[in-house]
Amino acid sequence: MSATSTTILNLPDQSTATLPKKNYINNEHGLLSWLLTGDHKRIAILYLISITFFFFIGGAFAGLIRLELLTPQPDLVASDTYNKFFTMHGIIMIFLFLVPSVPATLGNFLIPIMLGAKDLAFPKINLLSWYLYMAGGTFTLAALVLGGVDTGWTFTTPLSTHYLNTHVITAATAIFIAGFSSIFTGLNFIVTIHRMRAPGMTWFRMPLFVWSNYAASILMVLGTPVLAIAIVLVALERTFGIGVFDPTKGGDPLLFQHLFWFYSHPAVYIMILPGMGVISEVISTFSRKRVFGYTAVAFSSVAIALFGFFVWEHHMFIMGVSNYSALVFSLLTMLVAVPSAIKIFNWAFTLQQGSITFETPMLYAFGFMGLFTIGGLTGVFLGSLGMDIHLTETYFIVAHFHFVMVGGMLMAFLAGIHFWWPKMTGRMYPESLSKLAAVITFIGFNLTFLPQFILGYLGMPRRYHAYPPEYQVLNVLSTAGATVLGVGYLLPMLYLAWSLKYGAIAGNNPWQATGLEWQIQSPPLTENFIEIPIVDHEAYDYEWLEHKTKHEVTTVG
Amino acid sequence: MHISPVLWQFLVKWLNASALFPREASTIAPYADALYFFLLLMTVVGVILVGALLFGFSVMYRKEKHPVATQIEGSTLLEATWTIIPLGIFLVVFVWGALLYFRIYNPPTNAMNIYVVGKQWMWKAEHPGGQHEINALHVPIGKPVQLTMISQDVFHSFSIPDFRVKREVIPGRYTTVWFQATEPGTYHIFCTQYCGTNHSQMIGEVTALSPEDYQKWTQESTSGMSLAQNGERLFASMGCNSCHSGSAAARGPNLAGVYGSKLQLAGGSEVLVNDAYLRDAILNPSQHVTAGYAPIMPTYQGQISEEGLIDLVEYVKTLQTNYRVQQTLTTSQSDQAAPTTPGMVKP
Ligand code: HEM
Ligand SMILES: [Cu+2]
Repeated sequence: MSATSTTILNLPDQSTATLPKKNYINNEHGLLSWLLTGDHKRIAILYLISITFFFFIGGAFAGLIRLELLTPQPDLVASDTYNKFFTMHGIIMIFLFLVPSVPATLGNFLIPIMLGAKDLAFPKINLLSWYLYMAGGTFTLAALVLGGVDTGWTFTTPLSTHYLNTHVITAATAIFIAGFSSIFTGLNFIVTIHRMRAPGMTWFRMPLFVWSNYAASILMVLGTPVLAIAIVLVALERTFGIGVFDPTKGGDPLLFQHLFWFYSHPAVYIMILPGMGVISEVISTFSRKRVFGYTAVAFSSVAIALFGFFVWEHHMFIMGVSNYSALVFSLLTMLVAVPSAIKIFNWAFTLQQGSITFETPMLYAFGFMGLFTIGGLTGVFLGSLGMDIHLTETYFIVAHFHFVMVGGMLMAFLAGIHFWWPKMTGRMYPESLSKLAAVITFIGFNLTFLPQFILGYLGMPRRYHAYPPEYQVLNVLSTAGATVLGVGYLLPMLYLAWSLKYGAIAGNNPWQATGLEWQIQSPPLTENFIEIPIVDHEAYDYEWLEHKTKHEVTTVG
Repeated sequence: MHISPVLWQFLVKWLNASALFPREASTIAPYADALYFFLLLMTVVGVILVGALLFGFSVMYRKEKHPVATQIEGSTLLEATWTIIPLGIFLVVFVWGALLYFRIYNPPTNAMNIYVVGKQWMWKAEHPGGQHEINALHVPIGKPVQLTMISQDVFHSFSIPDFRVKREVIPGRYTTVWFQATEPGTYHIFCTQYCGTNHSQMIGEVTALSPEDYQKWTQESTSGMSLAQNGERLFASMGCNSCHSGSAAARGPNLAGVYGSKLQLAGGSEVLVNDAYLRDAILNPSQHVTAGYAPIMPTYQGQISEEGLIDLVEYVKTLQTNYRVQQTLTTSQSDQAAPTTPGMVKP
């Protein structure tokens, strides 16, 4: 085993270096050893593979949508088919990609290690979560293969309950099951973070990645059951006509909106918070600085999580809710915007007085900050009551949430995957190719989604299969951008796969980062640590790290 | 907007001419655009600020120039600054947006009313004079027009981008929106709430006409029977008049003058009689028994179309009332809009 390298990119010489003889990957052999594993790292890899698979299916639908929108006429596919495309795109991207992405892959892999634990609190439940996720995915694919669903991912009643003959219940079942996967992951994280921290790992020594996953877990555990209830009611109403949402039976069609958004608004924070955790880690590492205002960043995650439960009605401002409740929810929405603003400035000021390098994860993190700023500020347009009237349900919404979810979350996910890839696999990816991919993604992204803000202000409604011809130019730009973006997403897929075999050996700590995960071998041993570490320093303590690397030779098995 | 009117006009003209901006065709539109420009400015400044910080620090503190990082804990002063300033800006946006919202959703009391029924996949407009249109809406310029809307099946949403107004159209309840067109012309009506297969074909056109042209249009396109007259016919054919005959011995309450009054219910509660109430009383009579009467009225659920209900409501409205109450159903003014007229409350 090579000694820890001391400068950031001074990788060990590939000819002599080898992967550690014993690690979690080669510890056991055979497919069954993976499918029955209790090791959080192996489960993370299972998730990574399956989530990537669904991401590319969801992406294929995005491509089809954009291709259809190249021309104003409905010429590529019929309306029903188009509606199924955006429904599948939405369901897959939200429930099978965004919600589990960072927590289930990176969170699963890293949280126990970051806390100095040997595994999550409930390894078997962790494996069960993955099976539930796969079952949810299978039902989604079944709905697709059987003929599709065209409810939109929002399942609006009474459209979904009385007016569609497609496979609504199959898709609802998929979401119901995937929801339980997310509840169990959240529970597992919460218990692990409370109970399994190594000696000396106090709450305020935890990496911010752990904090943000903690906040997201609270949301998963408290919010997802409400979605489950809404979905069950849809299924019951569809099968037995119980009438809770049906006005002709005395039901209230707005009730579904309340239930659905009570989950789905917090859900956007389930999606984005873990990504924010990644950004904190990456920015700190590559500027070699403690995160500016660590405590504020940690608390703002929890604040976002809690306040996130009190803004759902901002999805309903035009739905005939009372003017006064709209006022209250608009005000609360403005208040939740503040912690996000705080984080952006904290990250920017982390760079100040730093010693900055620009590796691939850092490029993605910069991309995140730019795009998330735009996504966040355009959210303020929508929180502002009078403006929301004009903008909601148009392409402005589509642009806004793609900036947050795709520009923000996906950038963070890619930053995280690149950042921890050496730890997960023991190998480096090709540096210049990965930087190129980051740049392509950024350019493609902006070209795809900036025109959609303008389309939205012009009034083009979302979920439109055909549109008036005056909107064509901007749509063509957007489709061109999507093509570039597609290339940006395919590249990492290819070179990361390539690196599994041919990548340079990474060593324990290629980035010279401070987290506990970087102080053990890459890839780690099944039990993570030979001995449970005793933590005597804060997260992001680069002086401690320097001291340590100077005075000791790493001991690994 | 604290921007000189001349400059503002110029800016708007220029933007209207550019394809990046929808036409400003209602009295609301300039207000919406003013807020939009403020928000745009906020975004541009915000993005430039963050970009400049990232770029500036990256240049100043890149490793080659600054090999050793200096650790900083944080700074309460800085953090307070970037908490309070965004909070302040967001609060301004909140107040501004709220004022605009109330302007868009509170109709003036002199607005003329048109009914709109949304259904998969068309918009049906019903003018009080009996003109019916599909996927079209004719309105006069310079006069506030209020739409009272309801859906016959799923959620739809009525949007006129050039007017900057939009409102969800919901099954089982009336929602309203109002506007005052400023320029003659035709403008898109979109359905913006996903409503099934032909959602994207649920497009219509508003034609804003000068008052004279509008007058001409109403005369030319009348069906010969106003909504209220239609309602009267229905009132007889559905058998409503057998109980609501207006005589003292009738088994149902007299409906004359009931619209806009506060009605005493059997349970002791009072309700305001508006469109929504009347519709509901026809469909779910057992839930709204007028004090002093037996709960014998049958339900008309499933027997009358939304248009029929609108006609009936229009008819009841016209029954011997000496004042017309404008639709303010979901607005904050609805309580004031309907003063209780003495003698109107049934025993
Ligand atoms: C190349 C990348 C992408 C393109 C070009 C794209 C394009 C689109 C378009 C055009 C729509 C609007 C459909 C409509 O309203 O008619 C849409 C909706 C949506 N997209 Fe994407 N998208 C991309 C990537 C993603 C990703 C990566 C995610 C999530 C991780 C995502 C999540 C969603 C969601 C949740 C919706 C809403 C679906 C609905 O309206 O039901 N998209 N996308
Ligand atoms: Cu519609």
